Order: sequence, then C-alpha cells, then structure tokens
Amino acid sequence: MSKPATFDVARIRQDFPILTQTVRGKPLVFLDSAASAQKPRVVIDAMRNAMETQYANIHRGLHWMSERTTEAYEAVRDAIAVLMNASDRHEIVLTQSVTGSLNLMAHSYGRGVLQPGQAVVISGMEHHSNIVPWQMLRDERGIELRVAPITDAGELDLAGFEALFADGKVGLVSITHMSNVLGSVTPAERIVQIAHAHGAKVLFDGSQAVVHRRIDVQALGCDFYAWTGHKLYGPTGIGVLWGRRELLERMPPFLGGGDMISSVSYEKSTWAEVPHKFEAGTPPILEGIGLKAAIDYVQSIGYDAIAEHERALVDRALAKLSAIEGVTIIGRAQDRGGVVSFTLDKAHAHDVATLLDRQGIAVRAGHHCAEPLMRRLNLDSTARASFGIYTTLEEIDVLADALTRVREFFK
Amino acid sequence: MAVDTPVDSFDDLRDLYQEVILDRGRKPRYGQRLEAFDATAKGDNPMCGDRVQVWVKYAEDGRIAATGFDARGCAISIASADLMAETVQGRDKSDTRALFAAFREMARTGVCPHCEAGLADPMQKLAPLSGVHDYPSRVKCATLPWHALIAALDGTKEASSE
Ligand SMILES: Cc1ncc(COP(=O)(O)O)c(C=O)c1O
Repeated sequence: MSKPATFDVARIRQDFPILTQTVRGKPLVFLDSAASAQKPRVVIDAMRNAMETQYANIHRGLHWMSERTTEAYEAVRDAIAVLMNASDRHEIVLTQSVTGSLNLMAHSYGRGVLQPGQAVVISGMEHHSNIVPWQMLRDERGIELRVAPITDAGELDLAGFEALFADGKVGLVSITHMSNVLGSVTPAERIVQIAHAHGAKVLFDGSQAVVHRRIDVQALGCDFYAWTGHKLYGPTGIGVLWGRRELLERMPPFLGGGDMISSVSYEKSTWAEVPHKFEAGTPPILEGIGLKAAIDYVQSIGYDAIAEHERALVDRALAKLSAIEGVTIIGRAQDRGGVVSFTLDKAHAHDVATLLDRQGIAVRAGHHCAEPLMRRLNLDSTARASFGIYTTLEEIDVLADALTRVREFFK
Repeated sequence: MAVDTPVDSFDDLRDLYQEVILDRGRKPRYGQRLEAFDATAKGDNPMCGDRVQVWVKYAEDGRIAATGFDARGCAISIASADLMAETVQGRDKSDTRALFAAFREMARTGVCPHCEAGLADPMQKLAPLSGVHDYPSRVKCATLPWHALIAALDGTKEASSE
C-alpha cells in the first residue's frame, strides 16, 4: 500500500483519459463523481482486452475461451472479498447495481426471512433505492417501515434511532453508510451494536462510503453490505452484495433462470450454492472484469492516501464555499466524505449548475434521488460538488471563483 | 488602434440567461394567484422538482383576460411562466395552443420555421428563451408552465412536463 506522501494527483490524472477533454472550450472540471466516477485506463483496457482476446460466456463452456473468461470474471469475487475483508468469497453476490442488491434484499430477505408484523428501519437520508424497495415490501407484506431521524447538521440521531427498537419488532436495519447528498458518514459500529442488542440484522448501503474509505465488514460486525461498481471507478452494470454465509443460505433466491439452479425438472428445481443461487442468467461478465481492474487500481493507491487527499479537498471546499456570500453549505456532519451540497441565495440550484457548466464545471443539481431528505431540510434542491481521487485543490478554487461569478451575475 | 467596446464580464453566461430572463426570473409581473378565476391547473416536473400552478380568467368572448401563476423552480421556468402570461393575454384557446406549439418547437430546436406569420410578435417576445435548446435537460423548465396552462384550458387539473 502506498503512503499518503506518495500520492501524486498529477500522475493519477494521467491514468484517466477523459480528464484531458475540454467542455465549452474550457478544461473539464469534473465534480460529479458521486453520481458516477470516471474510469482509469486500466479499466478500459481490461474490458477491451477481454473482448478482443478471450470473450465467451462463462460457467458453462468447456472450451478454452470460456474457461479463461470464467477465471477472469471470478477473480473479481476474490478482489471484492479482499477489499471488504470478507472471510469467504462465497459471501460475495454480484448484482447489476446497488439498486439490484437492495431489491434482492427486499425480496429475498424481506419476503423470505422477515415476518409480517416485523419492521425495517431506514434513515432520513436514504437514496430512493434504499426507500422504495422497502415501501413495496411494506405494502405487499405488512412489514412496517420506520425512519430514523437525522439532526439538523445531517447526522443520524442515535437516540431517535435507538428508540425505534423499543417494541422489539425491528428485524432489519437498512441504512446508508454515507449520504450521497450531505456527505455524512453514519456511525456504523454504533448502529450495529444497537441493532444487534435488539436482535436486528444490519445492511449498509455503502455505495458512497466504499469510494472514500476502507470497508472492513468483519470489523464493522454488520450482516450485509451493498455497493455499486460505477462509483468506484469501475463500469456500470455491476453491483455487490456481501452477506454472512449462514444468512445468505437461509434466503430464498430472488430471480430465477439459468446459472442459479442445481437441477431443473418440471416438478421441482433445486438451487445452486451461494452465491450462485442469487445470480440468475448470464452475469455482467465484462463489467466484472472491469471492476476487478478498478479494485486493483484503488488498492494500488491505497485507502489511506485516498482518505487523506479527500480530507484536504473537503476542508478546502468547505472553507472556500462558505466564504462566498449567499452560499449555504447543506450538511455539517463531523464525519464526512467527499461530497459537498450547497445552495445559493439568489439562484436556484439548476441555474447554478447550468452557469457552472458554462464555465466548464460539472456539478449535479436537484433532489439527488433523496426527496424525503430534501423535505426534511425544507429544500427543493441543492447543487452538489463531489470529488474523486483525480480531483485537485485547484479545481476547488476554480469552483469557488466560478460560483462567486454566478452570485454576482444573479445579484 | 484599439476600439472601445463595452466589456461585459459575463458574456460567457448570457446566451441562456439574457437580462430579460434574469429580470423576469427575479421579479415576475404575473407571479400571483388570481382572486377570481375560471380555470386552474398544476404542473409538476418530477425529475427536477419544479412545480407551477396557473390560474386563468376568461373574458366574455372566451379569450384569456388574465393569467397568474405561482412557481417554485429555476429562473428559466419562472421567466417562461411570466412571458407566457403576458403573451397569451387576449388570445382564445386555439390561438394559445398554436402559440404553445410554436414556442415548444423553438425551445427544442432554437428556431421556429413553421411559425405562422401571425405569431411573429409574441414569438419575438418569447425569443429570449430559445437558448434552452442547447440544454436538453432545461427545455422542460421552459415548457412546464405552458403544459399547466394548456391543462387549465382543457379543464384538466394536472400536467406533467413531457
Ligand atoms: C447512497 C446511494 N445509494 C444508492 C445509489 C444507487 O446506485 P445505482 O443507481 O448504481 O444502483 C446511489 C447512487 O446513485 C447512492 O449514492
């Protein structure tokens, strides 16, 4: 693992071909990595190389191409297990995105393990993909949905969270490990302690967290952990669900089809072992190969260096943006990752985003797939700058200068 | 030989945000609910959270006598609602629909080749919004108030942008 001192953002930027692009005649300043991150050359090459030299369907061919591709694809499972410190590669289920992982959980764990009358706890700062599947479960199965409150600073209200367990009905907590809007990192160990003390299991939506810090599922003590490949510099179309083996084994399959069976007859089919029981159909083969390359890339830089770089970016962004008249930072959590939401007093977030785009800066504006959180904050929308390993301090300064101009323009 | 031209340090920002749009976005003239009205409808753009309600009062002959609106959204959507309220004044329903069709084409493509000669005047007034065609995600901001207005004319309660 490289030390923070060796972190060289200029060198890292050379690994990302897209960063040399210009937008509207200006050098691209890409501050929308939380929506989806850019891809390093090694990911692009790994996928292209697989297509050019060895591509075939996997797990079923007896020929050379299929065997090579199966190996290359299955290697991502090992890489993920190491990345998350899972003790068993069979605990890694590959899905098409974190949305796929969360829906798998709502269907399989929600309908197969939870009982009507039990409750699922989410928090007040979830992405829609960790709200809607549970709502569908509630309406279909009479499983209650409870929402843990957040504070005005955008942190989980731990007392309010704990109070939800008083009646002993909570069977599962499904909660973000880092908010995609506020940047807040939730206190994962405390969440697990509280939930386990009340007999509930814990699933984290780690889509944002895994980009910014090392995830150790054994140290966290959680039961499930889900994330999505395209935010970790990998391709779209692949997601991850880690679960404790004994829990995965108790869960019924979600989708039916090829690859997830042990045997099929018209009378009865039997299921493959985990994780394949949950992986019906031809999987995202090229995406798996790409994600493996992305994980290797992240590991070669190391989370210590990534976290330190990000800390510097967030500190600079908070200092620079809050110094601009009329800018309000939304979310003031103590523990936070590389996402900064803000509003401007004189202009709507969409106008801000368009006017930043005119200056070559990509940010996101809107409700960020978190409408209930927006309501809690009494906002319609925010603008959001989010950072990746290739983001530079100078880019934060460019953002601050551009935002100052937007404020002037709207005065 | 240097020629003195007025320098606008915001030149690069003005193609979409012309002065009219900034001004109308900030201080709309028709941005209030009508006390007495004959029709009203809401418009909602779920993708971006923009919301608008439009109220219409008809004259004896069925032409639009007054329009008011209440909008939550960006400068583009508020300015568009305001310019709309102004340009539909005195028009009957079919006239208003024709104007919307022309406006929508301009918002999507930047030009209005099929605009009838009779619409030249109001289209001139709406022209500052033509810049949205460069920003596909913003076209709906400009057309949302029109969808709400047309829904009100049709007697439906709600419209959603495309
Ligand atoms: C916290 C969080 N959860 C879930 C998602 C959904 O990810 P995907 O669309 O890849 O399934 C996102 C990203 O948009 C996110 O930031």
